[in-house]
Amino acid sequence: MSEIELRARRFLSVLRHCQHLQMTVERADEDGLVLRLPYSDQIVGNPVTGVIHGGAITTLMDTCCGISTVCYLPEFEICPTLDLRIDYMHPAEPGKPIFGFAECYRVTPTVIFTRGIAYQDDREQPIAHVVGTFMRMGKAVDPADLGKRIDQGDA
Amino acid sequence: MSLSEQQVQQIITRSHETGDYSALVELIPYARMIGMQVTRLGNEAFFTLPRQDINIGNPVLPALHGGVIAGFMEQSAMLHLMMFMNSEVFPKIIDFSVDYLRAGLYRDTYATCQVWRQGRRVGNVAITAWQTHSSEPIATARAHFKLD
Repeated sequence: MSEIELRARRFLSVLRHCQHLQMTVERADEDGLVLRLPYSDQIVGNPVTGVIHGGAITTLMDTCCGISTVCYLPEFEICPTLDLRIDYMHPAEPGKPIFGFAECYRVTPTVIFTRGIAYQDDREQPIAHVVGTFMRMGKAVDPADLGKRIDQGDA
Repeated sequence: MSLSEQQVQQIITRSHETGDYSALVELIPYARMIGMQVTRLGNEAFFTLPRQDINIGNPVLPALHGGVIAGFMEQSAMLHLMMFMNSEVFPKIIDFSVDYLRAGLYRDTYATCQVWRQGRRVGNVAITAWQTHSSEPIATARAHFKLD
């Protein structure tokens, strides 16, 4: 497993809500990150159709865009979300996992611009398009050494 | 676990009659999972997200996951539209945009909504979420919903 994928996995493993949703890393490399969100009854938004709630997709994509920063930064940095926008193309099909893909298309010393898609069977037919901007706080702003724990694997 | 349209309709109708929407919130698995609540006071609605361990993202701060805050705001907007349109169906989300202004700490979170435009087919809702005072929001968001 590559260093990037290892860091992405450790990062995801400390996020409690993502663990509750049983999100996993599918792929992480220099080209971006893919996460997997399994279908479950608890994240249904419409009890009649069984369609997943937008909030679960937002959580998947916020996490995906946020963790995709480790694919581009040499060391772990805390990068809080500044903003996130999601456009829903069509509802997710019930019973199937949702995949999130995100990449950073511009990294500056202060902010990181990310974009991505959520999809099921076909990446060419996304459920949602996403853009998110993240703030770079630098390595210094990490009082509990979360970054060190993620870089060294103690998390 | 899926419910018939009729069962859901009955609960929605009863909620509109009584002004108590807790049964409707209970009906939505995602809303139940994050533990959100709704209070209607006259023609206003307040949404509450009591602090809850599974909603934590960063465990070190600890802070609520930004996605949960966004999901809470999206669900608040949807319920707000239903409450004040007397809607019998769930509005469908078209797009959602959120600005995070402060860290969402491991505390109770509140939200209120403002419908800026309600057409026949599309509604535009602004959502504000805060923890200590409404003048110091942790996040603001806006969403479009398809109404028909």
